[in-house]
Amino acid sequence: MAPPPYGSLGAARRKIALLSRCGFDMRFIFKTDYAQDIRLAKHGGHVFWYGAMMLMLLAAPWLMAEYWLAQLTFVLIYAIAGLGLMLLAGFTGLFSLGHAAFLGVGAYTQAVLTNAGWPFPIALACAAGLSAAVGVVVGLPALRVKGIYLGMATLSFGFIVEEVLARWESVTGGNAGVHIKQPVVFGWTLDSGDKFYFLCLLITVLATLGILNLLRSPTGRAFVAIRDSEISAQSMGIHLARYKTLSFALSAALAGVAGALYAHKLQFISPDQFNILQSIDLLLMIVIGGLGSVHGAFLGAIFLISMPQIIAMVKDYLPASIGQAPGLQGFVYGVVLVAFVLFEPQGLYGRWLKIRTYLQMFPFYRKGMFKRQKSFQKSDRLR
Amino acid sequence: MMTPTLLSAKKLSVRFGGVLAVNNVSFDVRQGEVFTLIGPNGAGKTTVFNLISRIYTPTSGEIDYLGPHGMLRLTEQPPQDVAGLGIARTFQNIELFEHATVLHNLLIGRHTQRKTGLWQDLFFTPAARQAELQAREKAEEVIEFLDLQHHRDAMVEGLPYGVRKVVELARALCTEPKLLLLDEPSSGLNVEETEDMAFWIADIKNELGITVLMVEHDMTLVSKVSDRVLAMNQGEVLALGTPREVQNDAGVIEAYLGSVDDASSLHRQAGNQGAAP
Repeated sequence: MAPPPYGSLGAARRKIALLSRCGFDMRFIFKTDYAQDIRLAKHGGHVFWYGAMMLMLLAAPWLMAEYWLAQLTFVLIYAIAGLGLMLLAGFTGLFSLGHAAFLGVGAYTQAVLTNAGWPFPIALACAAGLSAAVGVVVGLPALRVKGIYLGMATLSFGFIVEEVLARWESVTGGNAGVHIKQPVVFGWTLDSGDKFYFLCLLITVLATLGILNLLRSPTGRAFVAIRDSEISAQSMGIHLARYKTLSFALSAALAGVAGALYAHKLQFISPDQFNILQSIDLLLMIVIGGLGSVHGAFLGAIFLISMPQIIAMVKDYLPASIGQAPGLQGFVYGVVLVAFVLFEPQGLYGRWLKIRTYLQMFPFYRKGMFKRQKSFQKSDRLR
Repeated sequence: MMTPTLLSAKKLSVRFGGVLAVNNVSFDVRQGEVFTLIGPNGAGKTTVFNLISRIYTPTSGEIDYLGPHGMLRLTEQPPQDVAGLGIARTFQNIELFEHATVLHNLLIGRHTQRKTGLWQDLFFTPAARQAELQAREKAEEVIEFLDLQHHRDAMVEGLPYGVRKVVELARALCTEPKLLLLDEPSSGLNVEETEDMAFWIADIKNELGITVLMVEHDMTLVSKVSDRVLAMNQGEVLALGTPREVQNDAGVIEAYLGSVDDASSLHRQAGNQGAAP
């Protein structure tokens, strides 16, 4: 008789016992009513882990040094922008290569209005609103073009907005940039990193809940339908133009909010911060994070902010020709992106799902479980 | 009493460049019947479907439809309003939403029945929650009708072809249509699945009271469920009548069905085993 494939049976049993003590056991979710499928937290495990994470985030100012808290604030800001782009590209299938433009519009609107003395909440609402309006305008070509041509249209829009920000000196201060006063929310001046961190955390939570709510309701489903099959979506009664425009508007509004917070965090903005490299960073973020998932925006933001730190730390251990080379960061980003596209197209979130499934189903995990089937049933169709 | 006409195609023609895909086609679909289009490939049957679901606009001719507020000119409606008027369709090559579960696909089918707007969805108000639960209940009714319980939470990506066809039908039923356009419902299905499909089409007509307009090649299925048949060839109408009348029509036999004489050339010339022509 052949020996069992995972070493002795006893060793396998001990592994299973250990994993279930850590919370990784085969969870059988008994569904007793439809409300369970509609709730955001689908079972006790969700409540526990997300609750614990929220507690850690709330306690962060007391747990972390100021520098790392600032990095965490940037993670939250980029996560908001990432949520916007994830809604547009990941969930509606409209790839925008000029998303930094909305970031810039939001940032400059916030800067101009705050410096003019407007209260923070109203300035933020205006930043979101103006970004949404610009998003609608950018989205107009989207109604007629697809795929790579949409990418080109959005790319050119990004350049246009960057130029406008640089040339419109009377309003934006041109290439010299603009300093921004500190935000005043209902009378409190947010003059410290801690207070601003809590503001960002609040806005991030609200944005995430908003996106999750959309996705479990007809609006979000309409977006997913447009991504997967436009002709089918139309035959289901989904007004393509209306929903594509809506997707652009919501996505741009979120990017505008992120831009406004970005402006306050840096306290100085200039047009070259919202160039094509920033757009590519945003796109990189959501692709590496995991296209088509809300978690992907956050994982991507963590990756984007932590990569420069990791490179900086590792640089000293590399030979001088590599470590001190200019453009090392860009090179590493490029290699990581290519590696993810080749080996892990589902991104960091996809990899996490596979690890979690492996641990939950141990020892029954099968290697080909997540392999994507090539569909031979569809005739060749340009997607 | 004559049953009212639900859909009336009048002298439909559509031209794509130099190709006259549909030429002067007229027919009426009565409420509550199963009306089938048959004909060889390239006859223009799916083109007629695309004209009805407004993916194409006819070069000449009209389509009149009995909408919720009386007869209207369907050719003047935009494509996204067709589902709201009560016309649902399935696609020949299966256009499902691949990266979503079966249940998700059916819930997208409930889109025309949505009761909430953007802001209610964004804040997920109690009204939105109520609407979600109702949509789920309706989708579950369709799942029960078509026995899809087993596949409810499966991603469409991994499903076999036969199941996908049923999901496509289920999604069309979720829109609560008055007129259901089925494009080759039994293509790719084995004998058992085709029989199931025949039962379901009969149930759709009798229990749900939905008018069915379908394109079909399987003549057994056509004879079993259809009330009237329209035979087309090269974009033109060949014959219109009951399945028996159309199957015995000389023009239809020559163009599409074939006769016993046509089959003789296919018989194997095997010495003393030769079958008599």
